Amino acid sequence: MRTEPNAISHAGGNSLEIRPLTGNEAIARGAWEAGVKVAAAYPGTPSTEIMESLAGYPAEDLHAQWSTNEKVALDVAIGASFAGRRALAAMKHVGLNVAADAFMSVTYIGAHGGLVIVVSDDPGIHSSQNEQDTRLYGVLATVPVLEPSDAQEALDMTRLAFELSEQFDTPVIVRTTTRLSHTRSAVVLGPRIEAAARGFSDKPSKNVMIPAHARLRHPALLVREEKLKEYLESAPIQRWEKSGVDFGVITAGTCYTYVREVLPEANVLKLGASWPLPEKLIERFCASVHRVYVVEELEPVIEKEVRSLGIQAIGKALFPRLGELSPELVRAGFETAGILEARPTAAPWTPEPMARPPVLCAGCPHMTSFNALRTVVDARVAGDIGCYTLSCLDPLRGIDTCVSMGSSIGNAIGMSKAGESKPVIATIGDSTFLHAGLPGLIDAVYNQANITVILLDNHITAMTGGQDHPGTGRTLRREPTHQVDYETLVRAVGVQWVRTVDSYDVAAMYQTLREAVAHKGVSVIISNRPCVLDPVKIKGPPLEVVAKDCNACQSCMNLGCPALTWSEQWYEGRHKVKIDASLCIGCTLCAQVCAMDCIKMPVAVVQ
Amino acid sequence: MSLASEVAESSQHSGGAAARGSREPVNVLIVGVGGQGVIMVSKVLASLCQAHGLQVKQSEVHGMAKRGGSVFSHVRFGKQVWSPTIPKGDVDILLALEWAEGLRWLPQLRAETGIFICDTKRIVPPFACLNRRQGAPMRYSRETPAEVIAHVAEAYAVDATRMADELGNERAANTVLVGALSTAMEFPLADWERVLAEFVPRKTVGVNLEAFRLGRSWIEEARRTAPDTSDPQGQGLAAAVVPSTVRVEIEAQWCKSCDICVKLCPERCLRLNSERIAELTDPAKCTGCRLCEWLCPDFAIRVHLQPAAAVA
Ligand SMILES: Cc1ncc(C[n+]2csc(CCOP(=O)(O)OP(=O)(O)O)c2C)c(N)n1
Ligand code: SF4
Ligand code: SF4
Repeated sequence: MRTEPNAISHAGGNSLEIRPLTGNEAIARGAWEAGVKVAAAYPGTPSTEIMESLAGYPAEDLHAQWSTNEKVALDVAIGASFAGRRALAAMKHVGLNVAADAFMSVTYIGAHGGLVIVVSDDPGIHSSQNEQDTRLYGVLATVPVLEPSDAQEALDMTRLAFELSEQFDTPVIVRTTTRLSHTRSAVVLGPRIEAAARGFSDKPSKNVMIPAHARLRHPALLVREEKLKEYLESAPIQRWEKSGVDFGVITAGTCYTYVREVLPEANVLKLGASWPLPEKLIERFCASVHRVYVVEELEPVIEKEVRSLGIQAIGKALFPRLGELSPELVRAGFETAGILEARPTAAPWTPEPMARPPVLCAGCPHMTSFNALRTVVDARVAGDIGCYTLSCLDPLRGIDTCVSMGSSIGNAIGMSKAGESKPVIATIGDSTFLHAGLPGLIDAVYNQANITVILLDNHITAMTGGQDHPGTGRTLRREPTHQVDYETLVRAVGVQWVRTVDSYDVAAMYQTLREAVAHKGVSVIISNRPCVLDPVKIKGPPLEVVAKDCNACQSCMNLGCPALTWSEQWYEGRHKVKIDASLCIGCTLCAQVCAMDCIKMPVAVVQ
Repeated sequence: MSLASEVAESSQHSGGAAARGSREPVNVLIVGVGGQGVIMVSKVLASLCQAHGLQVKQSEVHGMAKRGGSVFSHVRFGKQVWSPTIPKGDVDILLALEWAEGLRWLPQLRAETGIFICDTKRIVPPFACLNRRQGAPMRYSRETPAEVIAHVAEAYAVDATRMADELGNERAANTVLVGALSTAMEFPLADWERVLAEFVPRKTVGVNLEAFRLGRSWIEEARRTAPDTSDPQGQGLAAAVVPSTVRVEIEAQWCKSCDICVKLCPERCLRLNSERIAELTDPAKCTGCRLCEWLCPDFAIRVHLQPAAAVA
């Protein structure tokens, strides 16, 4: 996703141009236009492309970086704000949980240089572990939440967020959803303004959160909230789109487009900020109609506020609290309400659906570790988040649990201390290990846990599309930098038993795993091979199955390599196997597990 | 099916922008498997619409795209587009780069007027080949092109991958489909070709333009003649297999507890019992592959396959 064919040329940037941008690209553009100086993020779908796009703007304009995790990213942005420059941190919704500690304090501190936190929610759980609603963090922290509904608004509201941040001395959340982040539409581009350097904010009573200071800052927060509400009563981002009908709809974000889609004539109050709410404006709007509906995704944040004003708004009774909304769900809600007539629905012809779950790539180095886990030990496996989580599916079925980034090691300690009778193993990717796994490992050594950790080092953050991290030796802008040496790191925290294994050596992996499990105490196996997709696509000569020797045992298919499939030939009623040459990358793993020794390099290649 | 002439006419006056029919906005759903180029095809279409001064929204979900999962992209265009996603049942054109993916989204197609253009290419997921039993069917979609054509207002099963392969570049299959798609819309031919040339790798512009024109002429031909419902990539795998029952005989005295069979059994249905003698834990799981029989260094295991009929 790094180079978009229609990426913007950033030179000059003075003429008014129109470009199709995704929501994420528009946010990056908005930040650049607003003069952002420091931007940091940890990747996470659907937010990842925000930082990747920002890295496309000149280094003289801004510093952009991948951070080890979201908390560090936010801390970096906060630091830049202290130093008087505009700063941005971007993350997926669950990333804000990781950054929440810093977030809940910086709201007391406020913002010196504009501080914008872009948080991308994933209603419908397209690629996440949950579908929490970030707007509730706004409520919790008394921080305004802006909700764009398309790419143009994403750009405009990001710019506005920096202004509001400085004007009201507050961090500002820009909330996107998968749908907005990954929808491309036309955007009018503007020039970059060079926001003036404000110098360091030398105010200890505001910036040093000791109890005495914090107690004074809390009331300031409430005053700030009132001022923001006042501003939002008449701010241009709040749009009352009047019409003659006798009911009104309050909505925000992408839901607005669904409402317009199914009710082009509706009387709509579109809130640009879903927190805090402009009470007087809402009261006036509701007084002008007989019935009020609230259409919002996930939690009833707006609905509850409106009801607290004594208004009988209807929301979640009609529009689901679960998952992603859609034009058809919004339509169904208004049909139930009697606003729209039910459309005649002829049941369409529906072919039997075929499952196509995502799978590890052909030649993925993770296959070896999970194949070994199922073959040579009978263990409890605490999994973690990354491509390797896919090993929970058949045929690898390699992990028993998966909680959140970095949880595997702590979970394993707990299982082992609780007296689990099987050996306990944690599997964790390199990026995830650096993100939140290291404290768990230190804990394991400190508390003398009897666990094995398999560090799946594929030299990249693969799941999110191949981002660099401190273990890759390259920065976001692909400049060389120091590279973490895992063996040294792991030994430094006190692990005595560490081995690095080539992920493409099945026998070595089996043997090492046996030894690791036999070791009493913390053992660490570093499974080492680059991802076959990123940073460079690896494609070696494909292997072939010598069909006459194949006994159709399909042992090779236990690897879950998608290049291995059934051939048209049979042996004793079972399918023989063939290799799809266009997919096979020649990793040789299947050849190593083939008991009949019938998977070979094609003769031409051997010669 | 009188479309070919409409297209020919309308491509003469430039600026004729909307798709056939007057419904606004026009909804095109483009689907396939990760890595096939769904997003590229969507961008071509979106860019073309943009160049014609239309409002366009292109929305995709690609979180798992690289991992071989299904990928889909909504492209909507017209004077005013609100929702980024197409309401269910409102898809005007469903363009599928893979057969089963096309079938998956068929219920989204507008019942009376929807157009379905689908590559007959089959990408069989590993998931479809997980059953090792004798005579096990592949769990790939069963519907044939003929069935689909019978159920859908206007359907085309295009062997685009083979067509592109014959042009010398299998990867141009998408462009064959774009060519087919172009006949369902009223944008001038020259504009399609210009936009396409912008999006494909420079070195492949020639072959892609050829592929594009091939897709167009194939559809126009298909509209004139009866649809070809042969099934080139058919399901040839459903051979008649009489399943046998499996019996595993283990000679306990000969077993020396080496564990080889336990570790190599693909179904993982062997174990060493408390006396460290090999034992079948789950006879129901055993597929009779004979690996244990062949690999036991002491010939302690024998696998007997008996035709089910003979047993009964
Ligand atoms: C708190 C949080 N931040 C970000 C993500 C998104 N995310 C999922 S997996 C992953 C990275 C996995 O990288 P790695 O551990 O190296 O495993 P790989 O995918 O390379 O196998 C990320 C960033 C998340 N799920 N949760
Ligand atoms: S992207 Fe890399 S790590 Fe992920 S499945 Fe593919 S090869 Fe494995
Ligand atoms: S060598 Fe075997 S395991 Fe490796 S990519 Fe090819 S088919 Fe898959």
